[in-house]
Amino acid sequence: MRILLIIISIIGLMLTIIPSILVFTQNMTLETHKQLMATGMILWFGTAVFWIEGQD
Amino acid sequence: MNNILQRLDARLKNIDEYERRPVPDDKRKGWKGFIGMYAGEHTAGTEFVIGPLFVAHGVATGELIWGLILGNILAVLSWAFLCAPVAVKTKLTLYWQMKKICGSKLALIYNVVNALMFCFLAGAMIAVAATAIGLPFGIPMPELGDWMPTSIGWIITVFLVGLVITVVAILGYDYVAWFANVAFPWMLLVFIAAALATLPQLGVTSISDFWTVAQEKIWTGVPAEGQSKFTFWHVMFFAWFANMAMHIGMADMSILRFAKKWQHGFASGTGMFFGHFIAWMASGILTAAAAGAIAPGIIAYNGAGVAGAICVVIAGWTTANPTIYRAGLAFQSVTPNWKRWKVTLFTGMVTSIAACFPALVMQLLDFVALYGLVLMPMGAVIFLDVMVFQKMNLQSNLAEKIGLSFNWTAGLTWGITLLLCLFINLYIGIEIFFLGLPGWFIAALLYIGLSLLYQKKIMKAKPAQATA
Repeated sequence: MRILLIIISIIGLMLTIIPSILVFTQNMTLETHKQLMATGMILWFGTAVFWIEGQD
Repeated sequence: MNNILQRLDARLKNIDEYERRPVPDDKRKGWKGFIGMYAGEHTAGTEFVIGPLFVAHGVATGELIWGLILGNILAVLSWAFLCAPVAVKTKLTLYWQMKKICGSKLALIYNVVNALMFCFLAGAMIAVAATAIGLPFGIPMPELGDWMPTSIGWIITVFLVGLVITVVAILGYDYVAWFANVAFPWMLLVFIAAALATLPQLGVTSISDFWTVAQEKIWTGVPAEGQSKFTFWHVMFFAWFANMAMHIGMADMSILRFAKKWQHGFASGTGMFFGHFIAWMASGILTAAAAGAIAPGIIAYNGAGVAGAICVVIAGWTTANPTIYRAGLAFQSVTPNWKRWKVTLFTGMVTSIAACFPALVMQLLDFVALYGLVLMPMGAVIFLDVMVFQKMNLQSNLAEKIGLSFNWTAGLTWGITLLLCLFINLYIGIEIFFLGLPGWFIAALLYIGLSLLYQKKIMKAKPAQATA
């Protein structure tokens, strides 16, 4: 379960950064990039809070 | 509600953070305990403001890049060679070490000044978050020249953000500290992604275009109307002294006292090069793409949509929260009979009032420089007292040794250094960004000179006690 959560979190981060590279190379519109970033944000916060531990 | 607050208050009282005694060896941490913490702490809401202000002050591209590289290296060296050795040797917080050197009354005065500075800093962070919250409601955002509150809508937004942040600071500081760690990797990527996605708007479609466009459209070397011109030296000294209160001023003793070795001070490099290099450059690009807009909410939304606006809120919130908490702790030393939640509530109110004034954001560079400068002389006092005095046959921790409540040598060093810095600023015309360097040497010479005179005098009066 933990591994699955980590994988989804990584997908969230990839959706945050990769669309911007595609916009930069003019293979994606700015609007699509914004929507994918919002999706990435939901995936990251929806999963990272369950596996990132607090500092002692 | 009152019941919950009382329970939390009792719980907070029971937390032992070794505030009044040296950190025990089994609680000390290695590199891992500092690398992430520094990276997170220095990728904050204010980074969304500092990058755009460099653009507004007409920094040229080469000046910015080299200034940031050198300034950030100097900042890391200051943490590693000034703050960390003192922290590892004493294993105490700044405040507790100050009590030993300066006495309780002088430490108290320092604490109030420190707390007020924290309030203004947290106020800037609340204002940053408010620029994103007000966005969907069409509230007019302050612009570069605005110093006073721009509308009732702005004041209401700031107070609502301030209220939420204050309540969270009262109820769940630990949770926020953890949440800041969760948010950090995502926030850093949002900074980078937003900047990368807006580069084509500026005419950059390949890496080879970047330098030319950066010089022509982003860091042009021409300041905005009414703004002073910044050079390489401004950028370098600002990057070095932006956290002067933390490294040269010794406030990060509170963090680095947990370090196993002084070399862990180099961990601050993550904060400097992620936050104070990448994030400052990225936010500068965003402001150029937003036609010179400064409000962080607007520039982040422009580059990253809803995720960008939420990033601004989270960045402001996660950094304002611990700042309000720390300010509350500092104020609590003045009002020990007040409950911690009451002090935090008071601190949050002061902070929210300050946040209503856009001057705090628009003049952030000057404020950050002032903040470091005001606290710097005490950093010099602590460094000399802990690391140098024994080698000079001078008495360390004088207040503790002879029972002083106000060590005049430290107090005069602080006051005279600041007066001389003011004099240099007003009559020699050296800008506030550069005063930290001469100021440190002035403070060091004054403290050594005054200590030589004063300790000679008291040694004659009570030799047995002073050497005990």
